This record gives sequence, structure tokens and C-alpha cells, in this order.
Amino acid sequence: MFHTNGAGGELLRIEGLHTEFATRAGTVRAVDGIDLRLRRGEILGLVGESGSGKSVTGFSIIGLLDEPGRVTAGRIVFDGQDLLAAGEPALARLRGSRIAMIFQDPMMTLNPLLRIDTQMIEAIRAHSKVGRDAAWRRARDALGLVGIPSPEERLRAYPHQFSGGMRQRVVIAIAMLHAPDLIIADEPTTALDVTIQAQILHEMQRLRREREMALIWITHDLSVVAGLADRVAVMYAGRIVEQGSVDEVLDTPEHPYTEGLIGSIPSHDAAGGALAQIPGMMPSLIDVGPGCRFRERCPRATHRCRDDDPAPRSTGGERLVSCHHPGSGR
Amino acid sequence: MTLYIVRRLLQSVLVVVIMLVLVFVGVYVIGNPVDVMVSTEADQEEFERMVRLLGLDQPLWKQILVYISNLVQGDLGRSFAFSEPALKLVVQRMPATLELVFVAMVMALATGIPLGMYTGLHPDTVPARLIMGTSIIGVSIPNFWQGLMLIFVLAVSWGLFPSGGRGELDTVFGITSSLWTADGWRHVLLPAVNLALFQCTLIIRLVRANVREIVLLDYIRFARAKGLAWRRIVFVHILKNTLVVLITVIGLQLGGLIAYSVVTETVFAWPGMGKLIIDSVYILDRPVIVAYLIVIVMLFITINLIVDVLYSVIDPRIRTARSGGD
Ligand SMILES: Nc1ncnc2c1ncn2[C@@H]1O[C@H](COP(=O)(O)OP(=O)(O)O)[C@@H](O)[C@H]1O
Ligand SMILES: [Mg+2]
Repeated sequence: MFHTNGAGGELLRIEGLHTEFATRAGTVRAVDGIDLRLRRGEILGLVGESGSGKSVTGFSIIGLLDEPGRVTAGRIVFDGQDLLAAGEPALARLRGSRIAMIFQDPMMTLNPLLRIDTQMIEAIRAHSKVGRDAAWRRARDALGLVGIPSPEERLRAYPHQFSGGMRQRVVIAIAMLHAPDLIIADEPTTALDVTIQAQILHEMQRLRREREMALIWITHDLSVVAGLADRVAVMYAGRIVEQGSVDEVLDTPEHPYTEGLIGSIPSHDAAGGALAQIPGMMPSLIDVGPGCRFRERCPRATHRCRDDDPAPRSTGGERLVSCHHPGSGR
Repeated sequence: MTLYIVRRLLQSVLVVVIMLVLVFVGVYVIGNPVDVMVSTEADQEEFERMVRLLGLDQPLWKQILVYISNLVQGDLGRSFAFSEPALKLVVQRMPATLELVFVAMVMALATGIPLGMYTGLHPDTVPARLIMGTSIIGVSIPNFWQGLMLIFVLAVSWGLFPSGGRGELDTVFGITSSLWTADGWRHVLLPAVNLALFQCTLIIRLVRANVREIVLLDYIRFARAKGLAWRRIVFVHILKNTLVVLITVIGLQLGGLIAYSVVTETVFAWPGMGKLIIDSVYILDRPVIVAYLIVIVMLFITINLIVDVLYSVIDPRIRTARSGGD
């Protein structure tokens, strides 16, 4: 299938995205003005502490925000189409066929009462006008592709008959059924143990190479991103504080938050050494005051950081940093 | 599964024995049925003859033992009042009750599930609020009062329905029921509505609460992320998961409906088991009371078994757990 742009062209552009939850306690500004770009076939790691707005960003793109979540401002342009202006039917046509999503907990992602074949065939027939038999064969091949042994048999099984890792493979197989241009993977390995996590990561990289699909890999674990992503965006309190190519960002972090995240990777320190946890807590996303959101926890904070909210600034190439005192600490 | 069923049946036998003893002691403490049955002018001699005839002169434990040994031989004793086998009396009245309960349950489900789904999927809309508001009224008015109002308005004032009793019977496929005749339906509608109202409210609330929980689950979001039509998500993914909870409640409520039909049957003069048990309690007709309770327990057990089987049909996790456990 040919699209307007060839490989390497722009696939997704997010401009000034604001997503809010109007709750009783106040308006939660979960995503508070972010800009992101993604090329075809590119892997973007979206990293940040829990609660920083990574999932909400993903759900905003695919249009599946929980109530009372609303996108209040910004643009999300996918392959030339403005997703925020698109109606629900148009979005439903894109979901599963051109944009797919994988969630954190594979135990919860599949319907416990329906067989795997039912859940795969319905996904195939939602977008392809094929008969049940043809759909079944496609489902079987898809399971084989993600490394599930004896797929014919496994198609007849129920989700609870699979281990966590195998279930996540099923979910990945479903996400890949229509060879989407973009997969949003929201912490897909967080709920799995480390060996399985490595297998799934490996599998995703292999599939990505074969299929040329773009991937937004959401995680709180920078070490996962290091081996997987082309580019990384670091999220903090509803903002993207730093983004750039993986090598640049990890080798020479400009933002003190990024630096803190790198410092808290276990394998980074000498074995047995204490991890440098970032002190303090993320501020509430209700009534965010003026100034930099990270200043309370920041070793470099000055008066300027208290009054003046730093805007993203380019530090060369695609590198963007939102900090008054950027620079690598090493 | 078989082992499971056998275990369940043994449990039920225990329940029946305990219940028997309780009812015997209960009725014994309340008073002597002969007081009620014999006319006030009867002399002492006739009174004692009657007591001996019914075996009430024996000590309580002996009465229980005799009763149980007869019970084991399938004899539940004779009604003091009608001097007919007690079980026969109860079983004769059973179809009327089951018919009423069946119609009520179907009505409650046919209205409760769609309304519950609707209010669960669109909780903040005006129709949903209206449904929930109305359904509160449904629970807060006592059952017998609802029944009397139904009779008063629809039967007496407007004359749309008969005010009581069961309609003409007919036999189709060997089943005798009033549901085969138009007259039968005219008679059954009001009492069935009366019996169904509370159940309907309950089902609406239950389905609504359940649907609201289910729509937030990841697998529903994933179903949407697959690009499925909303129709399919509602009628396959949500409805099927709601059924699991619904079946438990139907099982519990069906038993409850049979038991509570006592009130409705009394108000609508419906000739079922409920009316029989009320009449029997008035005259302390112990064999009938005990026979009724045994039948009710048996019905409960049967319903629970069916519910268990249905469970494993719908939920594969239970199926695996059971076959693995046995
Ligand atoms: N349904 C919701 N209602 C209210 N607040 C929400 C809801 N979903 C997410 N949020 C808020 O949005 C913020 C970002 O959440 P999320 O994107 O899930 O973080 P994470 O980076 O861990 O994925 C959090 O502060 C969270 O409390
Ligand atoms: Mg998250």
C-alpha cells in the first residue's frame, strides 16, 4: 500500500496538545501543551514517571480517552488527516487498521469470556471484507508470526489458558493484523517478568524491521528505550521536557529531569551501588502554578525557574529542551 | 463436575433434615393444631380422639422420628385439614405458582436487561435519570400495596383485567397451563406484573452497575482500539460479561420469587403454593407446611445446580477450574 509520503516522511504530528479531565477536585491538566513528530517506521520512546501523562497522550491520539477526558486544544495530524476533526466513524476505521494500540496488562486486554479465534476474527473482519475461513487462516498465521507454538490449537483456547507473556504476544498479533502504520504500545512489558520482557522487546524489533511500522513505545524505564528507540521524548507533569535522538539524549542529557532518570537506571550504576532516586514528588496537575514544574526537585533551580515557565528551545538539530539551565551534568 | 453435584446434593439433604427439625419444633411451640381444627363446642373426649388420630399425643422426638421414617419411604404425611397426602396438595398447586413466577421473571428480564444496559451505557442522559428515578418508586412501594393498586385501577375501575384467580387451562405437549389460553393470560398479567416490578428494579440496577464497571475495563478499550463496531462491543463483549452476574442473581431471585409469591398469590387469589402455605399456617397444618418447605428447598437446590452449570457454560475460567478440581 502506498501513502502520500514515502518511508521516512512524516506520519504523525502533534501540535500544542492539551488534554484535560474535569473532575470534582478540579481540572486535571494531564497533557498540557505538547509537540511531537513521528516519521514513518520510526520508534519513539515516550518516557517519564508514572502520572506524567504518557498514557493520556496515547489515548488522545487514538481517541479513546476515559470520561471525563477531553482534548481541549491542539492538533493531531496523522498521515495528513486531522484526527481531532475526524468523527467517530472515521476514527473507528483508522483504529486497528492504521493505528493500533497495546496496553500494559495483557491479563486485562483480552475478553476473558471469548476464545482467541473469536477475538482475532472479529478484529480482522472489522476492516477486511473476508469470510470466516479466510479470516481464521489469517489469524492463525498472525499467531505463528509472533512466535506462538501450534497456533491452530491455541486459537481455540481462552485467554486464561495463556501465560502473561503469551497473552501479550496474542495482543501484539492482534495489533499487527492489518499491518498498521503506527502502533502505540503503552508499557507493554511492564507487567511481565524480565526474561519475557526481553523476548517481547526482541520480537517487536524484529516485526518492526519486517513491517516498516512506526512505534510509540511508552515506558517509565529509560533502559528499555535505550536498546529500542530511534528517538526519545521525556515527559514530566504533562509536558515534554526534552526530546531528541536516543543517543544524544542518553549520552548528553540537557534537562536535569532526564539526567535524574538516567541516574536511576539500575544497570547504569555499579552493581550494588545505591540508585540515585530523584528526590521529591511530581506536582499535582490541578492548578499548576507559574514557573518550571520541575523546580521543586531540581538541583539547578533559580529565581527565574520560580516565575518563568521555560518554553521548548532547540539546542541544535531535532533536539528540544525546556529548561532555563540546560547542559549536560557530565 | 459429577463429584461436585453429588457433594451439593448431600449438602441439601442435611439442609432438609435441619429444616424439618426446626419446623417441627416451631409448630409444636406455637400451639396445638387441634385447637384450631376442632369446633369450640367439641367436648374433651372428641378433642383427645383427634389428638391421638393425628399422633400428637406422642413426645416431640417420637413424632419427628416417625415423620422422618415415613419421609424416607416417600410418605410426607396427610394434611390435618384436608386428610389428603400433603405432598399431593403442594404438588397440585405448584404449576400455578411456577407459571406465575415464570411469566414474572421473563417480564422482569425482558424489561430489566435493556433498561439496565441503556442506563449503564448512557448514565448521564435524561432518559437514564428518568428510568432510575422511576425504578426507585418501584422498590419503595410495598408489594401488596402495588398489587392492590393494580387491582383497583386496572381491574376494578377500568375493568381491563380480572381482579383475581387463574384463567382457563389447556393442555399442550402434555403440559397443563393457563398460558395456553387467552383467558389465562388475562388473569396472569396483573399478578405477574406485581411480582415482576421489584425484580425488574433490581435487575436494572444490577445490570447498570455491572455495565458501568465493564465499560471501563481494558478489554473493552482494546475492543474499541481494534476498530470494532459499537454494536458488537455492546452485544458481544459487554452483554456476555453482564450475563455472568445476571445468572447468579436470577438464580437467587427465582427462589425468592417462588417464596415471595405468597403475598402476590394472596392479594390476587392465585391458587398456587403460596396461598396454600398461608392457609396451612393459619390452621397449623404441619404436614403441609413441612411438605411445602421440602418442595421449596428442592426447587432452590435444582435452581442452584442449573445456575452452576450455566456458569461454566458462559465462563470458561470456571469450566477449567472445575474440571481441574474434580
Ligand atoms: N480518567 C481520569 N480521570 C481523572 N484523571 C485522570 C484520568 N486518567 C488519567 N488521569 C490523570 O492524568 C494524569 C496522567 O495520567 P497517565 O497518562 O495515566 O500517566 P502515565 O504517564 O503514568 O501513563 C494523572 O495525573 C492522572 O491522575
Ligand atoms: Mg500509563
